[in-house]
Order: sequence, then structure tokens, then C-alpha cells
Amino acid sequence: MDIGGLTSQQQEILLVSRIPRLLSILIAGMSMSVIGFIMQQLSRNKFVSPTTAGTMDSARLGILAALILFPTASMLMKVSIAFVFALAGTFLFMKILDRIKFKDTIFIPLVGLMFGNIVGSLTTFIAYRFDMIQSIGSWLQGDFSMIVKGRYELLYLSIPALILAYFYANRFTIAGMGKDFASNLGLQYKQIVNIGLVIVAFVSSIVLLTVGSLPFLGLIIPNIVSIYQGDHLQKNLLHTALLGALFVLVCDILGRVLIFPYEISIGLTVGVLGSGIFLFLLLRRNAYAS
Amino acid sequence: MVEVKHVSKTYGSKKVIENLSVDIQPGKITSFIGSNGAGKSTLLSMLSRLISKDEGQVLLHGRDIHSIKPNDLAKELSILKQSNHIDLRIQVRDLISFGRFPYSQGRLTKEDWVEINKAIHYMELEEIQERYIDELSGGQLQRAYIAMIIAQDTDYVMLDEPLNNLDMKHSVQIMKSLRKMVEEMGKTAVIVIHDINFASCYSDRIVALKHGEIVREGPTEEMINSEMLKEVYDMDIPVQLINGERICLHFK
Ligand SMILES: Nc1ncnc2c1ncn2[C@@H]1O[C@H](COP(=O)(O)OP(=O)(O)OP(=O)(O)O)[C@@H](O)[C@H]1O
Ligand SMILES: [Mg+2]
Repeated sequence: MDIGGLTSQQQEILLVSRIPRLLSILIAGMSMSVIGFIMQQLSRNKFVSPTTAGTMDSARLGILAALILFPTASMLMKVSIAFVFALAGTFLFMKILDRIKFKDTIFIPLVGLMFGNIVGSLTTFIAYRFDMIQSIGSWLQGDFSMIVKGRYELLYLSIPALILAYFYANRFTIAGMGKDFASNLGLQYKQIVNIGLVIVAFVSSIVLLTVGSLPFLGLIIPNIVSIYQGDHLQKNLLHTALLGALFVLVCDILGRVLIFPYEISIGLTVGVLGSGIFLFLLLRRNAYAS
Repeated sequence: MVEVKHVSKTYGSKKVIENLSVDIQPGKITSFIGSNGAGKSTLLSMLSRLISKDEGQVLLHGRDIHSIKPNDLAKELSILKQSNHIDLRIQVRDLISFGRFPYSQGRLTKEDWVEINKAIHYMELEEIQERYIDELSGGQLQRAYIAMIIAQDTDYVMLDEPLNNLDMKHSVQIMKSLRKMVEEMGKTAVIVIHDINFASCYSDRIVALKHGEIVREGPTEEMINSEMLKEVYDMDIPVQLINGERICLHFK
């Protein structure tokens, strides 16, 4: 096989490293952004995302549990366990949210972050006890440099979940208008919320296990899209997915050229760049509104 | 026909609705009146399956509303609550199109669009249909919600204080469209309303509540008189016949 006159070594790099890396960037960027949007609609709060609702931390605890209980488990097995934990954690957060009387936009994600931190400390404590801080550490921050052929294919599993999300998009938006609105339109509110949470937990666990966490991505991208196109999820899904993929791609390239030949991890670039853009858009929107 | 049979609702130790029965007559506008906290909204929410009841039954065409599939019920009976907090930024047109969800599950057909455009026209929302709902005035938003309910095209329409936030012109417009829907399309409307004169001029029947019980009910012309008003509101309110309408002079 001869691709554009590359040497066989270059071909190998392309197939084993470059293409997997690109694909995983695109899929992870898409997935995290879309599930962020779903979470914001279901929780009716613009600042709730897998990072700010304990989803990621719970998934991480799940990975640790898998590593301790089933040291030889396959990736699929690890994902399943992480998924169960992520689902339980997110569910718990939604229950807490139900109980909170003070539904301030900023307060709720703070509660989510605290909840995430509690789960996180539990993870650290257990990892410390079992001398596994090192292994769990590699799942703390997103990193695409470890992505090679054979280590990212699991990400493909999130594509059917995203397709399912597309079919449920209108239901999520209606649920986002509140329980009574949803009942009036004949929807079973709880069922819709649960389906949404399953999608969120599933995709989060897969991304966490393959590339690690991409903090705040699921918060930044949906908010940007919402500012210029509103919150109609079905209309926005494609935009959100594409913008998310593009954003992670740009962050990855920046991370690789800024301190070449070293690399800044994607988690850091996404966090810094994203929060900057987010702040800018937020201020601009306020200026426009007043 | 909707029949309410011996329903009760308790919050904590407070009986909000107590052993209440009422029949909603089809093809008419029924108004629920009563002072704040009388239980009007609670009753309307139980009528429309939004909240559960502790005792009793609500029957639609003889069937318990909780035994009807939610999606089928959504094509028969719609409800708009007294206050609605939606934080989503969606366009007026999209909001109204969600009224068609029970029929098309989100894949809107030509027919759906006909209904949506009709509802937009009914509520005179043509000029603001592309606007986002978080940029509307209270009254515009209320009209957008009502348009969604109209697009839902159900035989039974329940509105909790539909004139919330509306100016005189639009209040009259909404009451007129309700009458039109009842007379021309044979729909049944149940509304909670505080403006006694709107109730008097536009409804066929009035149900008066006090402390979670029905104190009186009947055809509007038999209901609107000083004696009933005294009983329901503890106020002495003269009623005068003006242009054939019973008008309550309750401002002084
Ligand atoms: N969720 C709830 N929890 C506790 N008490 C409630 C709840 N909802 C209503 N109540 C109480 O039930 C009573 C009836 O309330 P409801 O909302 O039905 O009154 P209403 O007739 O609609 O009044 P208004 O004209 O002010 O809208 C009130 O005393 C209210 O405080
Ligand atoms: Mg009320």
C-alpha cells in the first residue's frame, strides 16, 4: 500500500498514531459537548455538565473499583463498571437537586462540584490505601498522546448513543421546560430524564476511559451554541457536535505547537481556552441584554 | 365529559380540597372563581393529571384519567398552569410547535404546520414568531403559551389564570378566541379567573370555591349576584345590568 508517497515508517505512524488520535479527538469533542447540552436541559441549569455534577468523578471511582476488584478486566468490563458508577453518581446529584429549595444558577453547579470533590476524595483515599494513586492518576486529565491503535476504538460506542440522543432531542427539550409542561404534552417525565442520564453516564465513562476527562468542555460548547442559536436541542445537536470537535482539535494543535517538542495536555488547553471564550461570550451577552 | 368524583388533597396536615365533586359540561366555558388559596389551581391540576389526588377519581368520558395513555390524553386535554418558568432560549415558533408533539412526536407534518400557523395567527404572534422567548414581555409570553395550547388542539382546554400579564385588548382577544373555540369547534374550556367581570361576560357556568369546597355552582346568569359574591368573597358588591351583561362593581 502506498499513501501519497509516504515511507512505510510514515505510513505506520499515520495509521497507528495520527489517525487514531484525530478520530478520538473528533469523537470525544462531539460526545462531551452533546451530553453537556443534554444535562443542561434535564437539570434546567446552564452550568451543569459532567464536570459539575459529579459524573466524571463517579466514573473515575468506578474505574478504580474495576482496577481493584477485577485487575484483569477488559476495557469493556471497565467501561461497564465505570458506567454503573457514573450513572449512580449523576442520579444521586439529580436527587440532591430535587431536594434543594434554593435553585440558584450558580449555586447548583457549586453543589455539583462539591459532590464531585467528595467522590474524588473517596477515590483518592481508596487508591492510596491500595497503592494505586499512579494508575488512577492517568485518568485525571485528558491526554491524547497515549492514543494509539487499539486503545481508542471503544470511543466508537458513543456514536450510537449520540444517535439515540438525536432521536430523543425534542423530548429532552420538552423535559427542560419542566415536569408539568412535559406531562401536558403526554411525556413521561421521569422516563425521559432517566434515558438522558443513561446516555450521559455511558458516554462520559467511555470518554474518561479512552482519553481522560476534558474538563468544562460540556459546559462551554453548549453555552456558546445556546448564545447564538438558542436551546432547541434537535436544531443544535449538529452544531454542538461540530463545534465541540473543532474546539478540541484546535486545542490539541495548540497544545502541541506551543511548547514544541513537548506537549501541553488537552485537559489544560481545553480548560484555559474554553473558560476564556466562555467568559467573553457571557460578558458580551450581558452587554447586549442591558 | 369530565367528571370529578369525591376528590381530596392534603398538603401536610392542611386539607386543600375536601371531598369535592363537579361535572364539567362539554361544549361550555366553565370558570372557577374564589379568593386566593381557595384551591382553584389545586383542583385544576388534579383535573388535568398534573398532580395526584389523595382520594377520589377524575373521569374523562367515563375512564379514569390515570388509566389513559399519557400521549392519548395529551390529544384530549391540555393544561396551562398559572405560572411557568422556562429558562430555555427557544423561538416562539418552536415553543408553539411543541404543542404538536402528541401527534407527531417531533417530526412535524404539513398538517402540524397548518395548526401551528393557525395558532400563531389566532394569538397575533406573526411579528414575534422568530423571537426567543426569554426576550418577550410577560404578556407576549403568555400569548405564546396559549398559542401552544391552541396548537395542541384538544377537546378540553384548561387554563389557570390565562389573563395573567395581559392588557385589556389582549385579555378580550383571548376570551373571544376561547368563545370562538367553544362555539365553532365544540371545545370545552375550564378556566381559573380572578376578574369576575370577564367570568360574567364570557363563561357559561361558574363554580365558586372557598376553603377547598364548592360553595356554589351554576349557570352564569344565576350565579352573578350580590348574594353569591358576598358568600364567596365576603364583600358587598353591587351588580348592574349594562348592555345586557351583569357587571360587578367591586372597586369600592
Ligand atoms: N405544593 C404545595 N404544598 C403545600 N401547600 C400547597 C401547595 N400547593 C398549594 N398549597 C396550598 O393549598 C391551598 C390552595 O392553593 P391553590 O394554589 O389551589 O389556590 P388558588 O385558589 O389557586 O389560589 P390563587 O388564586 O392565589 O392562585 C393554599 O393554601 C396553598 O398554600
Ligand atoms: Mg391559583
